[in-house]
Amino acid sequence: MQPIRIHKGLVYPLNRANIDTDQIIPKQFLKRIERQGFGQFLFYHWRFKDDGSLREDFNLNDPKFKGASILVAGENFGCGSSREHAPWALQDYGFNIVIAPSFADIFKNNCVKNGILSVQLTDEQVQEIVNRAEQDSYQLTVNLEEQRIYDNQGFEASFDISPYSKEMLLNGWDDIAITLNIEDKIREFETAQH
Amino acid sequence: MQKPKNIIEKIWEKHVVHREDGKPDLLYIDLHLVHEVTSPQAFEGLRMNSRKVRRPDLTFATMDHNVPTRERHIIKDLISKTQMDTLKQNCSDFGITLADIDHPENGIVHVIGPELGLTQPGKTIVCGDSHTSTHGAFGALAFGIGTSEVEHVLATQTLWQARPKTLNVKVNGQLGKGVAAKDLILAIIGKYGVRFGTGFVIEFTGEAIRGLSMEERMTVCNMSIEAGARAGLITPDETTIEYLRGRRFVPQGEEFEKAADSWRALASDQGASYDAVIEIEAEEIAPQVTWGTNPGMCLPVTSFVPNPESAAKESEKDEIRRALEYMGLEAGQPISSIEIDHVFIGSCTNSRISDLRNAAEVIQGRKVHPGVRALVVPGSASVKAEAEKEGLDVIFKEAGFEWRDAGCSMCLAMNDDFVPPGGRCASTSNRNFEGRQGNGARTHLVSPEMAAAAAIEGRFTDVRQFSQAVLNS
Ligand code: SF4
Repeated sequence: MQPIRIHKGLVYPLNRANIDTDQIIPKQFLKRIERQGFGQFLFYHWRFKDDGSLREDFNLNDPKFKGASILVAGENFGCGSSREHAPWALQDYGFNIVIAPSFADIFKNNCVKNGILSVQLTDEQVQEIVNRAEQDSYQLTVNLEEQRIYDNQGFEASFDISPYSKEMLLNGWDDIAITLNIEDKIREFETAQH
Repeated sequence: MQKPKNIIEKIWEKHVVHREDGKPDLLYIDLHLVHEVTSPQAFEGLRMNSRKVRRPDLTFATMDHNVPTRERHIIKDLISKTQMDTLKQNCSDFGITLADIDHPENGIVHVIGPELGLTQPGKTIVCGDSHTSTHGAFGALAFGIGTSEVEHVLATQTLWQARPKTLNVKVNGQLGKGVAAKDLILAIIGKYGVRFGTGFVIEFTGEAIRGLSMEERMTVCNMSIEAGARAGLITPDETTIEYLRGRRFVPQGEEFEKAADSWRALASDQGASYDAVIEIEAEEIAPQVTWGTNPGMCLPVTSFVPNPESAAKESEKDEIRRALEYMGLEAGQPISSIEIDHVFIGSCTNSRISDLRNAAEVIQGRKVHPGVRALVVPGSASVKAEAEKEGLDVIFKEAGFEWRDAGCSMCLAMNDDFVPPGGRCASTSNRNFEGRQGNGARTHLVSPEMAAAAAIEGRFTDVRQFSQAVLNS
């Protein structure tokens, strides 16, 4: 997993609430047995018409957002199905940071496991970022160490993150290895049970 | 004296393997259910790191999401077939029991766990599937996880979990006649929205909950995730214990009585507190129909499709507008004027034997409305066998329903059962998201009784009056 420390990138605004993981990646693409290659299917039915051509009225298809790595969206992002294919698709498409006023629990966990930082800001802060990003090419810098997010036009916000998630993301750690380091505790627990 | 604990705290404390400041707790997992869609990458991860499955004996697998529900062995979709073959291979390589496609215990993962008695009070249960909350009906702490977490549980039989907040949803009184458990949970989500449970584990309490059968409790807990909750559970009582007695994986004889005593002791202590409490009056609940594109967009069958202009916030107006456009509905139109062309009775929410009995009772001696395609997909091979023993299949088939084999089927349309673009479906499943039942498909969530009545009428109708009319005719 790639560690995240300081990330600067182009912001893509998707100004909707309750975006569920069925929208992030529709089920017909869950049949693969690999972790890679899901980016092409991200927001599939919003991006493409039935004949496979691009929907011009969906803003991710606007060339000005090409190369965006920070997605900003409405409340309750990632609700619904537990499919980890959703963060896999976001990451494979190029998004490393997701900003929203709130996230669904399972989605948030899945992000950490894949080195994606989910940043929770207030409604007003999110709206301000959305407005700026909808107007012109807008860059944000996220400093995970300092838990700070800012642009070069005076916007700045701090955000909360659990110390554990922060540590995992900063180091790009695999938590199975960490757990197996305290395997004796698991064994003790199992022995005490029986 | 010790501080009184609620059932959620009790189960949690019993499963903490390791606790350290500033970290989530490391929780022991008693049962890990596995299915074909969210597991391949997890097993692959184990192989890449030369890791084993720590407790194959606490792991149980089934195939449900993309299995065909007719001509079971002709899997036309080669990628689906690869996924099913991969699970088979993984289970055999890692020593995990699998209820394969033609096994008599095969079925939807959340239907067979309880059926086999794998699901038990006080257990921690996980599965790479958000509707794992279903198992909470037994007083288990059961929640959905992602594929990386599946891999973590396979390798370590534990999970790092931040301690959840607890929410008591208390349902007073009794549900009216013709009002189902599905209506109860839909009405709660309709009232409080799809986010009120985020960060919480819910305990459902109150007279109405106590009065529910195990299968009805499963319907309620199944949809706790649609309120954003990590899990939902109900304290085990005599209903729970009698349901479990004699099932394959529960202790037998004297051992069972001992286990039952320990289950009774799980009940929240007198004076236990919660981080939040919500109270609902069961009498006020009518049969529900969702009109929009998330389960919170839901109203009594007797009401009208909402007008976006009546919403308070601009963002809500937008959300309603977009939902109405997708659903092809007019603001202000009566819910009962919505005509449907598909009916799906199935899914881990409502595919158990009592669901099928209730639906069969409504349709008995009647015919599916011309132009409506109606499917019944039992939740498991044994639900199907039981229904056939009772002759329910004949009632369905004579009415014009298709009678299928077990699986997730049209709940998420990963196999070849789907609603075509623009089609409109009365569905007993749990998600009405855009495209859930097929690209461009429009889903209305209802109870099995309401779905059955819609199949006959070709539109939504209040099953309370409908059944009355049937009785009088
Ligand atoms: S029936 Fe539907 S909701 Fe339930 S496990 Fe299958 S796909 Fe998921």
